[in-house]
Amino acid sequence: MSLTARDIAEITRLLEDSSFDELDLEIDGLKIHLRRSGAAAAVSAPVPATTSTRPVPSMVKAAEDPALVAVRAPLLGTFYRAPKPGAPPFVEVGVKVEPETIIGIIEVMKLMNTVRAGTRGKVSDIRALDGSLVEYGETLLSIDPREPA
Amino acid sequence: MSIRRILIANRGEIAVRIARTCRELGIETVLAASEADRDSLPARLVTRVVCIGPAHPSASYLLPEALVQAALGTACDAVHPGYGFLSERAEFARLCEQHSLIFIGPTSEQLAAAGDKLAARAVAQQAGVPLAAGGEVHSHELARELAERIGFPLLVKAAGGGGGRGMKLVERVQDLEAALDLAAAEAGAAFGDARVYLERFASHARHVEVQVLGDGAGNVVHLGERDCSVQRRYQKIIEETPAPGLSVELRERLHDAALRFAARLKYRGAGTVEFLVDVTRSDYFFLEMNARIQVEHPVTEAVSGVDIVAAQIAIAEGQGLRQVRAESWPEGCAIECRINAEDPAHDFAPSPGLVRAVRWPQGEGVRVDTHVETGTTVPPFYDSLLGKIIAHGRDRAQALARLRAAVAMTRIDGVASNLALHSDVLADAEFSRGGVDTSYLARLLERRVRAAVRHG
Repeated sequence: MSLTARDIAEITRLLEDSSFDELDLEIDGLKIHLRRSGAAAAVSAPVPATTSTRPVPSMVKAAEDPALVAVRAPLLGTFYRAPKPGAPPFVEVGVKVEPETIIGIIEVMKLMNTVRAGTRGKVSDIRALDGSLVEYGETLLSIDPREPA
Repeated sequence: MSIRRILIANRGEIAVRIARTCRELGIETVLAASEADRDSLPARLVTRVVCIGPAHPSASYLLPEALVQAALGTACDAVHPGYGFLSERAEFARLCEQHSLIFIGPTSEQLAAAGDKLAARAVAQQAGVPLAAGGEVHSHELARELAERIGFPLLVKAAGGGGGRGMKLVERVQDLEAALDLAAAEAGAAFGDARVYLERFASHARHVEVQVLGDGAGNVVHLGERDCSVQRRYQKIIEETPAPGLSVELRERLHDAALRFAARLKYRGAGTVEFLVDVTRSDYFFLEMNARIQVEHPVTEAVSGVDIVAAQIAIAEGQGLRQVRAESWPEGCAIECRINAEDPAHDFAPSPGLVRAVRWPQGEGVRVDTHVETGTTVPPFYDSLLGKIIAHGRDRAQALARLRAAVAMTRIDGVASNLALHSDVLADAEFSRGGVDTSYLARLLERRVRAAVRHG
């Protein structure tokens, strides 16, 4: 990885100062997704191109917490975090969810499939990028069920 | 346009086969894999894998939308459908066309024409290709009349069927109506198309098919024929080229008939025109057209020197048949054995499971197309093909000797297989002479059962 924490802080500051709300950056296989309205920036490593298809563990330490519950993509498609472009996301990190809470949409050939949390708890980490292709079974976000609802 | 990245919408040995040629051509590959195939051999040979759904094919390999979405989401410019699954589904080809993805195969219209067996009969008729007596039936009365003219036994076939599926043999007129009703109900459930038709049944015929390639503009070439008469319940087990014992004249008539059929459709891509051949009467008739690459294509590649997958890609890129025509025609003969995970001791029931150890053969003129290695799990959701052993020789005797040695060298532990059956067929005097008909394997199996009882 060629990026340091200081680089990320610098990139974050550049976004703050810009007129944009979101930034997607890919350098040497490291993907960074920054969102101005969000409470936190999600940083995740991409799926390596040649070897395995399994989602790589997030660089966010909390994701390795075995108590966290992964919300996985029920089908392959394009993942959207918001009901329409420009609208606020369904959920953000830190938000409390019920099993029925909609956390995103997966589009397959213009057919919109809502994805629900399936678990009660607090969103601890959002992995899937808005507008990206997600595979069947890929972790979209994780929920900490220990948080009192 | 030149294709840069292909989505492989298939699995197993054909996914490996497609990936191999793509690698040779410098084309990137994305494998659309079900959850059960994420760690399969083809998944390790491609540039990238995307998981399209759970193991059951109805939720993964048979979902046109998921596959097209996977191709678009990974920036593929073309889709190779392989065989089976969605390869001959016109709506899948149409969906690709609508999203500006190159479908490596015929047009959706051609798929519809070949897939509807009654439409295909009409094309054959227009092209002057001989048809078996028969036709569509709309009522029991008309069916009886037609049946009397055809004579018994006859076949009730589904317009939406093909490849041996949706067929019923009727021996006597009193069984006709029940067979028609059952066939229509089954065809409606299985293919969403309840239309059925009658066709003369030839009990002592050979299954001979001609490999064709078309550029989509009316130019078609053939790569010779294959004899696929060694079948069990209409499923091919052994295929070879050239067909043994055909006269030059009959062989040329078959090739010409296949070319007329394909030209009539202005066929695009690789396809196979299947015939039933009565060698003693030097007679033949059209069976169906398979509008895809076939399982048994390697025997044709062995004798023609043409990489059929590469030819499919070249045609899809709009290069036409230039490459194919440039190839020379080596002499020789090639035979293929399909090694299936099925248990001959239990009526060839599929035998999925963990392949604890496997040893595939090697040797001069021997080719193995497989996705199975030691440690591979054969899932219960898909066909039971473990691999294909192909032997090529300067003549049939040499090809047969090489294939016998290759099959004897092969070991598969952990799942049951039909290896021993292949050894028996290859050692059998009747098969060694060449030119067996489609009833041959059933007779051989009966002999095996009797021998087992005697020794048991």
